[in-house]
Amino acid sequence: MINNKPPRDGYGEALLDLCRNDENILVLDADVAKSTRTIWVKEQFPNKFLDVGISEQDLIGISAGLASEGIVPFASTYGVFLSGRGFDQIRTTVCYDDLNVKLVGAHAGISVGPDGATHQALEDMALMSVLPNMTLIAPCDSNEAYSATMAMFKHKGPCYIRFGREAIPLFTNKEDDFQIGKAKVLKEGNDCTVFACGSMVHEALMAQEILEKEGISISVVNVHTIKPLDNETVLKFAKKTNCAVIAQEHQKIGGLCGVVSQYLAQTYPVPIEYVGVADTFGESGEPAELMKAYGLTKNDIVLAVKASISKKK
Amino acid sequence: MEKIIRKDILEMIHSAKSGHPGGALSAVEIMSALYFSDVFRYDVNDSAMENRDRFILSKGHAAPVLYAVLGNAGFFDKKHFKTLRKFGSILQGHPHAKHLNGCDMSAGSLGQGLSIAVGKALALRMKNIDANVYCLVGDGELQEGQIWEATMSAAQLKLDNLCLIVDYNGIQLDGNVADIKDVYPLKEKFESFNFNVIEVDGHNKEELIKAYKMFKANVGKPTAIIAKTVKGKGVSFMENNANWHGLAPNDEELKLALKEIEGGLK
Ligand SMILES: Cc1ncc(C[n+]2csc(CCOP(=O)(O)OP(=O)(O)O)c2C)c(N)n1
Repeated sequence: MINNKPPRDGYGEALLDLCRNDENILVLDADVAKSTRTIWVKEQFPNKFLDVGISEQDLIGISAGLASEGIVPFASTYGVFLSGRGFDQIRTTVCYDDLNVKLVGAHAGISVGPDGATHQALEDMALMSVLPNMTLIAPCDSNEAYSATMAMFKHKGPCYIRFGREAIPLFTNKEDDFQIGKAKVLKEGNDCTVFACGSMVHEALMAQEILEKEGISISVVNVHTIKPLDNETVLKFAKKTNCAVIAQEHQKIGGLCGVVSQYLAQTYPVPIEYVGVADTFGESGEPAELMKAYGLTKNDIVLAVKASISKKK
Repeated sequence: MEKIIRKDILEMIHSAKSGHPGGALSAVEIMSALYFSDVFRYDVNDSAMENRDRFILSKGHAAPVLYAVLGNAGFFDKKHFKTLRKFGSILQGHPHAKHLNGCDMSAGSLGQGLSIAVGKALALRMKNIDANVYCLVGDGELQEGQIWEATMSAAQLKLDNLCLIVDYNGIQLDGNVADIKDVYPLKEKFESFNFNVIEVDGHNKEELIKAYKMFKANVGKPTAIIAKTVKGKGVSFMENNANWHGLAPNDEELKLALKEIEGGLK
């Protein structure tokens, strides 16, 4: 049996470990500390925590200042407001000056649920993926969120990590090797490759099982780092299977879909199908209900794989 | 009417199993003094009436109080209450104007409403329409810089058809506003930004109505009504408790809460 756990727990656990090691960090939040789990730092290491209040632009600016003086800030809030409200600050202050700011976008994706469209970050990866100097990571479970946070801390330069609110299957280990920019091959098959990130990775694994029973063999690649993209692995699997599906809990535009498609269009064009939100806003509803209604389940991946295979020459 | 609104808010959030009771309950009198008096001009049969007054709920998470008010005013059937936050509902977690009769603006990302109100007030003045624009913000929300950008715009433009209402309940999501990022003193701040400032007890409907009338009589400056409130007002265990910012009552808690509300405000 696979347990479920929200990826933000892995983020919070990593922060606590960094604090225990007395690393030179400051964890910042913008009045959503319970949601992002930075409250754990507030409770256990209050001198490593700052709540700037409901001020996302200020959050990013303060973090930029801290980073420029050698402290590693973890600027945490909902992904929708972090990437949206603070975009200019991220672009023209953090990325332009290549500052070592860690941006943490919680409650990303449509699975935020009942709060509705205003709180569902479906554009943050697109926004972050167009920024020079930015590293963009979408971990697939709580343990990978832990590893990614640790890796982000060691990495120098702007990083944005995003994860959803819900408890999702925990199927990796904290000890697994995690390298920024190095995709993980989870299944190897010959008919099609699913490149997925975040919550879609586990869906892709379940789709693989369904397809296997139908005699279709697919590869599943966890592309946790959207930027910089692991070109080598993407190209290798495009050549191996000659068609692909790209899956992200996000608009189909931009993010992993955009980055992989652009790379393959230039190097080795293959038929591609997308599993993502189809250029529309979300709405209120239960997480699972929304994932289904907006086409973000294993069944949608199964259909996309078949469609992609059917387009092969 | 305030009892009904409070009851509707709690039942709505209870059936949704999520939502924000604290900041909805603190704004009940602010809203009822506006909609259930002779202050606010509206026509439930013509929500696009040109000279209607405009209301913007900038603190969009308090949606249930807006829904309770609009439903009781007759903009839509109250049967929708139990669909709050559910798939396909006109009552989204945060107001979506496109599908909600009587709602002028969507909201949910804090700090944006006052700028919109400035634009609306300016447009009304340009079009010579005699109507007012009301905008409700939270005190925590004042931490957003955009609020102060808009404040300067409103004063610069001398928008005396614009009324900002601050739900001064002292609590935001993570705790006390003063402990996180102090926004006080409000009266002096808004006065120094060239607003006409009125301080009221935000749970006293008569005082609120009087304040709205003072706003209407005021010329040459935008108005800020600082309404001193209690977060979670009317339900003792929710009052002044940040934990009830975004938490739905369970069956037992709902029962207790409704009983207290029946007893009236203390
Ligand atoms: C831009 C933005 N940042 C953060 C949030 C998350 N959030 C929702 S309500 C809230 C606290 C609001 O506090 P306050 O304005 O005092 O409202 P009230 O106490 O009246 O409910 C926060 C941080 C948001 N909705 N929008």
